[in-house]
Amino acid sequence: MLIVGELINSTRKAIAAAIEAGDRASIQQIAKDQANAGARYIDVNAGSFQDREIEYLTWLVQTVQEAVELPCCLDSPNPAALEAALKVHKGIPMINSISLEKERCEKLLPVVTANDFKVVALCMSDEGMPRTADDRIRIAEELVNFLLDHKIKLENIYVDPLVQPVATDQTFGREFLKSVEQIMSRFSGIHTICGLSNVSYGLPQRKFLNRTFMAMAIAKGLDAAILDPLDKQMMANVLAAEALVGRDNFCMNFINAHKAGKIVC
Amino acid sequence: MTDKLIHALVEMQETEALQQAKQLLDSGTDPMDILDACSKAMEKVGQRFEKGEYFLPHLMMAGEMLKQISDIIKPLIKEEKSTTEKRRVLIGTVKGDIHDIGKNIVTFLLEVNGFEVRDIGIDQPPEKFVESIQEFQPQVVGMSGLLSLAFDSMKETVEAIEKAGLREKVKIMIGGGQVTEQVKDYTGADALGPNAIAGVNLAKQWIGGK
Repeated sequence: MLIVGELINSTRKAIAAAIEAGDRASIQQIAKDQANAGARYIDVNAGSFQDREIEYLTWLVQTVQEAVELPCCLDSPNPAALEAALKVHKGIPMINSISLEKERCEKLLPVVTANDFKVVALCMSDEGMPRTADDRIRIAEELVNFLLDHKIKLENIYVDPLVQPVATDQTFGREFLKSVEQIMSRFSGIHTICGLSNVSYGLPQRKFLNRTFMAMAIAKGLDAAILDPLDKQMMANVLAAEALVGRDNFCMNFINAHKAGKIVC
Repeated sequence: MTDKLIHALVEMQETEALQQAKQLLDSGTDPMDILDACSKAMEKVGQRFEKGEYFLPHLMMAGEMLKQISDIIKPLIKEEKSTTEKRRVLIGTVKGDIHDIGKNIVTFLLEVNGFEVRDIGIDQPPEKFVESIQEFQPQVVGMSGLLSLAFDSMKETVEAIEKAGLREKVKIMIGGGQVTEQVKDYTGADALGPNAIAGVNLAKQWIGGK
């Protein structure tokens, strides 16, 4: 399971304050904590600052990569901000995200095609948010084929089928899970990724619901996630689900995590 | 007389609520009284939601029950109400944003609360808002957007409404996962609704309704 640490996001108040104050130490500590907890990419988002996103996103990349030897997941729909951040980024970043929305797609394509970057392909189009598995698969097919046509390697594509709250429509969870399964089986070698906390919006016990949904998604083939790696129960749940679904050789990851005291239930 | 109906609605007893509504109708209760009872029940559900006792699915379910009941009752109500001024709300997701879940919930709840709602959809430019206001003549305009880039669109939309000379005619509310007081001030809207019930309450506060 590829974990993208989600914590350095400017929509979170503490992060926005740290960014504005130029507080390197706080940002670097959060980057290190996430790395130690098993994150393989550190998501960076400065989207709350419309006027200064370019400057702040660049600063975040530099600040994070001074502290950890990990690539970043550059979280922005703004090509200018991405280009500026890429100039200082070390290693192979993940671009989060491109979609079938015409404007976003046209603007971001040159950024992603020129290089061997990982790219999150969000199942969203100008027609709006997908509701059913079929909606998602239709968008995913069009988007993936489009990216392949532009010489992006299949193994660099992370399809995000888009999680929506079951509190607003009880079919949303099921349809998401179906789409993960179908996308993974139609495109052998592709990845699926998601940020799944949206699923529990409007409900009590959100963390518990999120963990349960994660296990269900892993069972369907989800192999990457944007989440809070400091959430120990979530991380334990990921390891358990991977072992149970046969993606952990001889269950060694699970056992080793147990020995290290990391399986917190 | 309508106590049982109100109780069933508030306690999310769907079958019981529908049965009660039908019984009341059969026994000759004025359909308007039944609708009044529904509004009272909805208000109680809203209060429980705001206290954290109820969750989003309760709102959705209450809305669904109300919709079923009003489908039965509406044809029975004489058109006497049309003489009084209709309470209209125009709603849409602003340009550059295509999120619609929040908008759809607010639309639904406004409708079951007796407002006439026109939903102009997602990714709608300021011109479309202006055009629709001229056509539909709402007293309230709701702008929705989840992305931070939607805030600029909201601001542009308010400006366009102002330019068209319509600003005095409408109250403007905004909603979306990330809207704050600062965002409200930035966009020039009159108020923000942190959740769907708040949106309904704003509309009630501005243009009345039970």
